[in-house]
Order: sequence, then structure tokens, then C-alpha cells
Amino acid sequence: MTTNATATGIDAHDRVEVTVTVNGVPRSSQVQPRRLLSDFLRHDLRLTGTHVGCEHGVCGACTVLLDGAPVRSCLTFAVSVDGHELTTIEGLAAADGGLHPVQQAFRDHHGLQCGFCTPGFVVSACGFLAEHPDPDDEQIREGMAGNLCRCTGYTGILGAVRQAADELRATGDDPRQRTRDGATASGEEVSS
Amino acid sequence: MTTSLLGAPVARSEDPRLLRGEGRFVDDLGHDAFEVAVVRSPHAHARIVDIDLGDALEVDGLISVYTFDDLPERLREPLPLLIPHPSLTAGRTQHVLADGEVNHVGEAVALVVAEDRYAAEDAAERIMVDYDPLPAVVGPERALQADQAVHDDIADNVAAHLEQEIGDARAAIADAAHRLSFRLDIERSASTPMETRGTYARWDADDQRLRLYSSTQAPTSVRAAVAAYLGLDLAQVECIAPDIGGGFGVKIMHPWPEEILVPWVARELGHDVKFTEDRREHFVSANHERAQVHQVEVGFDDEGRVLGLDVEFVHDHGAYIPYGLIVPIITSTQLIGPYKLENYRVTFDSVYTNTTPVTPYRGAGRPQGCFVMERTIDRIAAHLGRDRTEVRAANFLQPEELPYDFGLVFQDGRAYRYDSGDFPGSLSKLKELIDWDGFAARKAAAAAEGRLLGIGLAAYVEGTGVGPYEGGHVLVEPNGSVQVSTGLSSQGQGHQTAFAQIAAEELGVDLADVKVVTGDTRRFPYAVGTFASRAAVMSGNAIHLAARKVREKALRIASEALEVDAEDLELADGKVRVKGSPDTSIDLNVVATMSNPLRYAFDEAARIATQFTQPGDPNAPPVAEGEAPGLEATDYYSPIHSTFANGMHAVEVEVDPDTSDVRIGRYAVVHDCGTLVNPRIVEGQIFGGVAQGVGGALYERMAYDEHGQLQNASFMDFLMPYATEVPRVDVDHLETPSPLNPLGIKGAGEAGVIPGAAAIAAAIEDATGVVIDAMPISPSQLHARRLDAASTT
Repeated sequence: MTTNATATGIDAHDRVEVTVTVNGVPRSSQVQPRRLLSDFLRHDLRLTGTHVGCEHGVCGACTVLLDGAPVRSCLTFAVSVDGHELTTIEGLAAADGGLHPVQQAFRDHHGLQCGFCTPGFVVSACGFLAEHPDPDDEQIREGMAGNLCRCTGYTGILGAVRQAADELRATGDDPRQRTRDGATASGEEVSS
Repeated sequence: MTTSLLGAPVARSEDPRLLRGEGRFVDDLGHDAFEVAVVRSPHAHARIVDIDLGDALEVDGLISVYTFDDLPERLREPLPLLIPHPSLTAGRTQHVLADGEVNHVGEAVALVVAEDRYAAEDAAERIMVDYDPLPAVVGPERALQADQAVHDDIADNVAAHLEQEIGDARAAIADAAHRLSFRLDIERSASTPMETRGTYARWDADDQRLRLYSSTQAPTSVRAAVAAYLGLDLAQVECIAPDIGGGFGVKIMHPWPEEILVPWVARELGHDVKFTEDRREHFVSANHERAQVHQVEVGFDDEGRVLGLDVEFVHDHGAYIPYGLIVPIITSTQLIGPYKLENYRVTFDSVYTNTTPVTPYRGAGRPQGCFVMERTIDRIAAHLGRDRTEVRAANFLQPEELPYDFGLVFQDGRAYRYDSGDFPGSLSKLKELIDWDGFAARKAAAAAEGRLLGIGLAAYVEGTGVGPYEGGHVLVEPNGSVQVSTGLSSQGQGHQTAFAQIAAEELGVDLADVKVVTGDTRRFPYAVGTFASRAAVMSGNAIHLAARKVREKALRIASEALEVDAEDLELADGKVRVKGSPDTSIDLNVVATMSNPLRYAFDEAARIATQFTQPGDPNAPPVAEGEAPGLEATDYYSPIHSTFANGMHAVEVEVDPDTSDVRIGRYAVVHDCGTLVNPRIVEGQIFGGVAQGVGGALYERMAYDEHGQLQNASFMDFLMPYATEVPRVDVDHLETPSPLNPLGIKGAGEAGVIPGAAAIAAAIEDATGVVIDAMPISPSQLHARRLDAASTT
């Protein structure tokens, strides 16, 4: 598959500078034009919360927000997002560790087991709720049907998105924004 | 502590970290490691004529390439046959890299190491392997035709034949008032966890030590295998199963070729090396399960009581048989379910095919067994015109008959013996939960509108908590933290939370003070693994026993310090205190400090344990005979028998009359796994299991063509259910504690998946009137069967 010469004159193995704003922080790295955004985030920027489950855009585990809209980072080249803003799972909890309302809802509803698909679901839910601030249950089910989970059977996930939708609508917060310090419990407490 | 932590639905301590994206899965580690790509066979069956590296060596970033010929002698030996059995007379296992012949698509042929995976794949695709293709054996029936051998020296393709019998099944069938015989099939499927396989090795040349991270359900056994293949002492090898993105059985298989190759190459190169499997690789090179063909003969009386049952089945174990006969043995025994069978004969052939090998996938032979038994009961009910729940009730073992020994041998080599349960009680709960008796009216009302409704149910018994053992270590640190470890690893079952509940309950400490580590051989080197719904039973009880020892030690120390009889003391709120006089107490962390006689006061708290501050009896040794320093203990739980959980599912479906699309309406589960440590976690296991059961019934299959090519090796074509395909599930628990272990726990991990195909098949049959004898079933298959049925009537 390795075709070296391209119309742009850039060799597939050459490195290109990519600068993005990730979770509000400008980051840049030299990458090959063929490098996937998922690999760029995970291995170049070491933001390993974004996971890769299928590498062909079906499972949704690698979902990140590109200028506020959910995209599959495994189907996106890093060079194609140069100059854009990204939000990853690491950009949602408060600096003090307090969970984002969507994250807290996943915990409250046992919406995760192994946790591998979870970042994709949480980020997808944030994008979905920004678009649909007042969803009915069927819209939530459809909205979460772009992500695969093998553990939970989705029951807890759907309940979590319901709770988060209600809470975010009450506060009026943009679901894609990082949670403020002290806005939620630290997330480390063990509630019963 | 006023309320018990055992049985409390506490939120999981694992969650905040995983939700913030701070999980540590294997591929999250080793950013600077070399990465590998594996050249895999594109043929189901072929001889390797030649391997030409071509211009692979010129690829930028390439480090090295290995084929079978490059391996040291020890690595040229076949991988282990993990579970030998006397009937497994023709066992074959694969090599870490193919030795001149490949037997399934996806078999490892060459290993490429490069600076990153991109370069490794560049090089891998330049390697030209010249194959001489051979005819492929696909499907269990083709295997038994024996016109083509998978392995040259096993002409009949049969690895093992096993027969078990109680009573005289054939005579009982011959004498029965009614007899039926029929065939039942289940197709291949697979675990498909969201995280694929992964292994990362660090060789420390200075210390001559290997650290291996692997996404495995059996880290202690991986460690032992790697030490053996690499010629290292166990003391030189540590294996860590970090966060694991689901297992569902496939990750109990070990050692994978990559689990041996990656550490070997890391040592050869003196550099970290990592393997992260991609999804397509996972479909063809990680193991599958389920495919079996069953022939059933049953004799019964007018009430539907089974007088004799004879089942002969063929188990397709794929190209190799590394896990022995576990899956078909489980089918053979667990098929019986909650019924009293006194004349039962079962035989199976375990056969080779040129497809990906088979090892347990959640349920491990039980979904097939349940499908066979429950479809049989439904046939009896249909034949006699009786209600399906009545026929089940007529066959149940009664609570007072338990424990009940069937006279069969289970998968652990021990007696097949049900310890507890209340099957009639479960059935009455299930009927209420799904409103079984009200269904006829619902069906009639739907029929009046031209809609097809059906209801089905299926019952199972699940042997859980198989031996040989697990262990637990509990340590109270002088800072008050409680460190708990056990050797088996976690794949999302909430072990950190459940095990913390068990330890905190025994020690009277805050749950937040308990820190649990699983699957790290540095912390606990003895373990068996996470499979067979055994972690809560085995490690849960081991941790309970270890915590009890710690409790007793704390009481001894506090009794001396407070000069109060130990029987008058209790552990609560992080203290040892006098019963009825809670102001007289000593903090547990102080007891921990006192448990370790000191010379040096390295901090303020330590002063109390130093030799002039706490002189003790001048005529006795500071560490009393039989004692050891530290407030800690290790214990093991090793049961004589498995403990048997059970349950029943009922499902209502609607079949579209025009498209034969199946929509699930109600889904009800009654489940008895004994004492519940954490009901939320147990429910989560059930919900997830049901989703896999639905997938196995309606969507998921490994579609091999006759050449042994897997036609649907991606999530685009292998239809794992999304949220839109999984129904809401109503759950009711029945708790009959196991008498076999101190906590009364029975396993819960696999239960949810077991009866799915059987119950859904029954519901579809009820809705359409078409006999369903093979699963999974797609709308087009169902439609074809409905058309067939219509044309023959």
C-alpha cells in the first residue's frame, strides 16, 4: 500500500507539523501524513483515554469532539485537524478530579464495566446532548446507537444519559465544557 | 458500622478513574516500545513452501523479522495442551510461528518488529510467503466425513471421543410411552471484547528480569509459561494484567503465540516490545466457540416426565485443541439443567476443522446444552399439548432433594453435584415477572390485529466457582489503609469494589480505606484465573478468610494492649473497641503499628512499637512463637466441589408477519447466585449477559465459507448488538446461599448469556408455529422457514 510520491509532493513517511488545541491546551507534534488522529492523541500526545476498538469507525470507542462535534478519531488523519479544537475524555472532569455530569451519571447508573468503550460513550453523549438538550428515551437510545459496548447490555448507559440530560438541562451548562472545580463531588467517594 | 456492606449496592471504586480516561490498558503503556506486526496465513490450510523477506528489510524503522527457522529450540516446540484428559488421544496445538503448515486463516507465520506499528505493517506486507494450498475442512460434519484431514496424522479428524451415562438411557427410551428424536444446531460465535489482545514486555538487562503486561484472564499461568519457554526462573518474571477491556473467556486462552514471542524478542533486542492486536486479527486469530451439532433422542411419559435422554453431539474445536475438552464436557453435564434425569447418555466427538481454534466464550458450552435440553422440553410439551411450564415443573429436582449427585464427572474432574437451589420457586417468580398466565390473552389480542406474538422460557443450572483454588492477602498498614490482593485478574466485573466490600465488612473499616489489587504476580503469585464465574466465589471467600485471620490477630494484639478479653472486643469504625463500651478502643492502624516490633522510630507513630516504649514480657521473644510481624494474613479457598447457581429467562417476541424481523418485547430474568455481595454488579453481569444472549440468538455468527475464509471479520459484518437491539430486562433474585463456602456465594458472571438462544428460539417458535432447531436465526432465515412451512401445509 505504501505509495510514496503524492500530488502534494509530500512523502507518506515525511513528517508534518500538526498543531491542535486539545482540551483547551495548544499541542503540536511532527507526524506522518498517514498518522491517525487516534494514534496521534494516544501515542504522540499521550492522551490514552481515547481508545481504539475496531479501527474502522464502527465501535465508537475512539470518539472525540472536533470543534464540538463527535468524530471517529480512528477514521481521521491527524494532519486533517491541524488548527482545530479537540475535546477528549480527559477534557471533561474538573481539574480537581470532580466528575462531569455525564461521567457521574455513568457511575450512578453502573453504565460501565471494563471501561474500555466508556470514553467513547461519554464523549458521544456530550456531543449528543449538546445537539439534543431535551431528548426522549427513544432519541437517547438512537443517539447512543453509534457505540458498541460488550459488557453492560446498555441498560446503565441509557439510564445515565437520561440522568445527565435532565441535570444539564437544569443547569444550562454546555455538555462539552470541562466541569468547574467543586461543581461535583470529587468522584472518589464511595456512595451507597 | 451499623449496616452490612455485604449485599449493599455500593457504587464502584473502579469507575472515577475509568470515566476520566485514566484507565491503564496494555496499549496505554509502552509508548516507546518497538511494536510488532504478525504476518498471518491468508489460507485455511496450506503448506508453506518458502518465505521471502523481499524488500521488507529496507523499510524505514524496521528492526527485525522472525520466522520459525529463526526461533531457538524451546520456542520451536508446540504451545502447551493446557488441560490434558485421558480421552484426548489426538491433541494438537499450534506453534508460536507456523512450522511449514498453516491450519487456519490468521495463523501466525512471521513476526515483524519495528519502531512503530505503521512501519511494522509496511514491512509485513512486503514479506512474500509462498503457500501450497490444501483443501479446507470447514464445519463439524465435513470433519467427520474424514475425506480430508486437518492434520496428516489424524485421518478421522477426531481428537477425542467421550461418553458418560447414568442409568440405561436407551432402554428407558425404548420402554417409554412417547419417543421423539431430532437434531439441534448452534453456530460459531466469539467473545469479541472491545479491547483486543495485547502484550507488552520490558526486559531489564541490569536486573536480568522480565516484566510482562498482558491482557489476560490468567496472569500467573502466563508468567509460568513465559518463564518456561524463555528458560527463566519464576523469580525473574513478573506478569501484570492491568485494566482489561473485557475478556468473556477468550483471554483465558494462554499463552498466545505473541505472549511468548514478545518477551523473547524484548530480551533478544534489549528493548521494550509491544503487540496490540487489531480488530481483523482478533476475528481470525483469537479463539471462537459455540459450534456444535446435536442429535437427541428422548422418551417420556404422559405427564412429560423425561424417562430417558440420549444425546450425541459433535463439537467443532477448530484447528487446534489447546484448552482440551472443557467446552464439550460442560455441554455434556450442564445440559441436564434443573431436571431430575435418571437415565441419561451423552457422547461427543471433538473434531478438527481448518478454522480458528475454540476455547471458552462466556457460557462455555452451557448455551448449547441449555438449547438442547430446553428445546427438548418444549418438544415434549408440544407433543403432549401441555403447558411448557407444567412440563418443566414435572421434571424439576425438588429443593428437598438437594444436594443431588448425578453420578457424572464435571469439568473439574469432580462429581457433578448440585448443592442448592429452589427450581419451583424460581419458576413461580418467573411466571409472575413475565405474566406467563396472562400471555394467551395478549397473544390473542395481538393476533386480532394481525400481529404475531410469542413467548418462550428457558432454565439453566450453572456450575460455578470451580477449583482448584484462589488466594487472598489482606494487610493493614500503619497508616490505616487496608491492602488487599488476589492473583486472578479483572475484566470489568467490579472486583476491586466487591472484594473491598468483603474485606471492609470483616475488618470494620471504611470501604474507601480498602485498596484492592488483582492480577499482579508481584502482589500475589499463586492463582488459577478468572473464568467459570469463579472470581467472587473463589477469591471472594479467600479474601474473607484472610481478613478473618487479620481480624483475629488484631483482636489478640488489642486484647493485650487494652487488657480486655478478646471475646469482649469488636472491630468497627476503624477501631478495635470494647463491646458495649465503644469509648474504650484502640485504632486499627495503631494495632497495625504494634504488630511489628521496632527498633527504629522512623516516624512519630512508630514510637509506640519501639523496644523501650513497648518492652513487653522481658522473658518472651518480641515476636511470639507462631506469630509474624505485621497485621496481615494470607489464606486460600479450595472447594471440594463447584457450587451450582441457577436461573430462568422468559422472553416475549413479536415477529413481523411481512419481514420476519424479530423484536423483543419483555425479557424477564430470575436468578439465584446465592449471597449477593453487590446487587448492582450482579445485575450488571446479567444485563450484559442477556445482551450477548440476544446477539447469539439473532445476530452474531462466524460466517465461514467452504474454503475456510471468514466472511464477516469486522464489526460491520459481525453484528454485535447496539443499544437499539437490546431489550429492557426485568430481574428478580432468589437467594439460596451455597452451603459450600463461608460467604454462601455462587457465581454470576456467565449466567446471563446461557438461556438466551433457547428462550428466544422458543418464543419465535410460539409466535410463528415454525419449529426452530438451529440458532442464531436471521430474519431472512426465519422468513425462508416460514415460507417452507406454509408451502408444506
